[in-house]
Amino acid sequence: MSKPYNHTKATMALAKASFRSIMRSPSAVVFTLAFPLVFILVFGFLGKGGLKVELAVAPGSDLHNPIIVALEENPVVHLVRDKDAGEIKNGLEKGNIDGLINVQKNTAEKPAYKAKVEYTSASVDKGNVLKSVIHNLMYNLNSKDVMPTVAELNESTVQGRIYRTIDFILPGQLGFSLLSTGVFGTAFVFFNLRQTLVIKRFFATPVRKSSIVFGEGIARIGFALLGAVFIILIGHFFFHFTLVHGAITVINMLLLAIIGLIVFMGFGFVVSGIAKSESTIPPISNIITLPQFLLSGTFFSIDAFPSWLQPISRALPLTYLNDAMRKVAFEGAGLWDVKHQIMIMIIWGICIYAVAVKVFKWE
Amino acid sequence: MDNTNAIISVKNLVKKYDDFTAVQGISFDVYENEIFGLLGPNGAGKTTTLEIIETLREKTSGEILVDGYDVDKDASKIKRIIGVQLQAAGYYPNLNLVELMELFSGLYGVDINPMEMLEKVNLQDKAKAKYKALSGGQKQRFSIATTLINAPKIIFLDEPTTGLDPQARRNLWDLIIEIRKNGTTVVLTTHYMDEAEQLCDRVAFVERGEIIAVDTPDNLIDQLISTGFERKKEVKKANLEDVFIQLTGKEWREDN
Repeated sequence: MSKPYNHTKATMALAKASFRSIMRSPSAVVFTLAFPLVFILVFGFLGKGGLKVELAVAPGSDLHNPIIVALEENPVVHLVRDKDAGEIKNGLEKGNIDGLINVQKNTAEKPAYKAKVEYTSASVDKGNVLKSVIHNLMYNLNSKDVMPTVAELNESTVQGRIYRTIDFILPGQLGFSLLSTGVFGTAFVFFNLRQTLVIKRFFATPVRKSSIVFGEGIARIGFALLGAVFIILIGHFFFHFTLVHGAITVINMLLLAIIGLIVFMGFGFVVSGIAKSESTIPPISNIITLPQFLLSGTFFSIDAFPSWLQPISRALPLTYLNDAMRKVAFEGAGLWDVKHQIMIMIIWGICIYAVAVKVFKWE
Repeated sequence: MDNTNAIISVKNLVKKYDDFTAVQGISFDVYENEIFGLLGPNGAGKTTTLEIIETLREKTSGEILVDGYDVDKDASKIKRIIGVQLQAAGYYPNLNLVELMELFSGLYGVDINPMEMLEKVNLQDKAKAKYKALSGGQKQRFSIATTLINAPKIIFLDEPTTGLDPQARRNLWDLIIEIRKNGTTVVLTTHYMDEAEQLCDRVAFVERGEIIAVDTPDNLIDQLISTGFERKKEVKKANLEDVFIQLTGKEWREDN
């Protein structure tokens, strides 16, 4: 009784307990770490390989000619030689093989070779790539010794930073990981603590309500940041995720992550308040997270969406977190440069916490 | 009891919910260092009364003093000197008993040794176990341990022995008597009259939100006998519970 009650101590005790609990909760670890990591691995390896076109070489085709040699050197084309006619036909029908080439020496004087190419309707996209590769290649081969009659084309590419798939995918995954930890984690924890009367038992101690909220918040932010650092480091060291200013970029990303997470936790508080039973939490949370997963530029740039869909995308908070993350990581923007995105997230935060204060239930 | 200082005094307590009155004008005192029992059927208002005294629930009207503090003005001071065991309270998920003890010591703002607290309720062997993995008796003992963290003047136990087997029940009685011996006042509710008779210095019977009798168990029994009441069957020197304890062993069982 002699000592005054210490609210900070109570808050930290709660934060510590909550952090331990989260670390031991399989669903939190899966959502925050495993889930985004799987996507990053998949896209990381896809990104490394780039586009590949499978081109089968017909049995009996001439192999020692400039066309085949040039195709072999082309990074986009992968030549398949060891298949018989039946296997090739099957592959073409299924789209496993994107085209078939058969080169024969010409019996007539000119041209020296005749190349017959078959495409497949099962793989139109890659067929088109193959078509332009072969046209280009034929043009080069045919015009090697000929002076251009109209104009000569000189092409060159400016050397910039290489924008890899990972540079797009990682910030999106990080954003989505923050969204799901924020919404699902917060909603489940507060709903369960309330249902199992853990909070009621807390109220029998001198702890303040604000300490309970802050303690939980600190633990969740700590855990999410740990996850974010882990994801960023894996991305950077294994898949060359671009961090323009190194550690400063990471810190900027983490600050953005905190802002995003606080906003998303607001959704979690709302869900825990309106959910009638534990089984209604996932559907309600999904209503919040899934549209953002699909529409906020997690996998595809929102510029690729039809124009009627874009205003919806541009209304979602995750869109702005993703956008800000990418600007910071790849373009090396500072937090001030993404103030527009931050401001929209803060507006979302104010709105959602206004709702949360109304619907959140302690008992 | 020589010492009849009231540590809790309840006057005209009323609790109304929207359409019914759970507690209608209850008054009683709890004396320092006694074991006081609130008895009565389910829905009589025992838990509501306890939770209002524990400052967990708002009252409609009435006056309650706990160790001189008013529940309206000094709720946080009262919380610091009481320990509360709720009827069905859960504990933070995924934590073991030591970690839960650390959490509660932070919540009460006191420094304790978690192992010492667990030893008090004989759970030192379960230090690394999760609350969920405990048996009914162990859960109740752990709950009581959490009420002792702040070295409270009063502890409240709401149906502490409900659902326990006879050994675990007697084992908990010993613990409650031990706690009282250390100077703590105990307020409990129970449905078991043998328990109330054994443990409580005084009991209050609550029925439909009103107190219909308050006295020592002895006096209440004598009053009933003086009206000419007699048990239908002559009481034997032992009952079936004694048989149970004799047959299955009195000592603590692994899962108690």
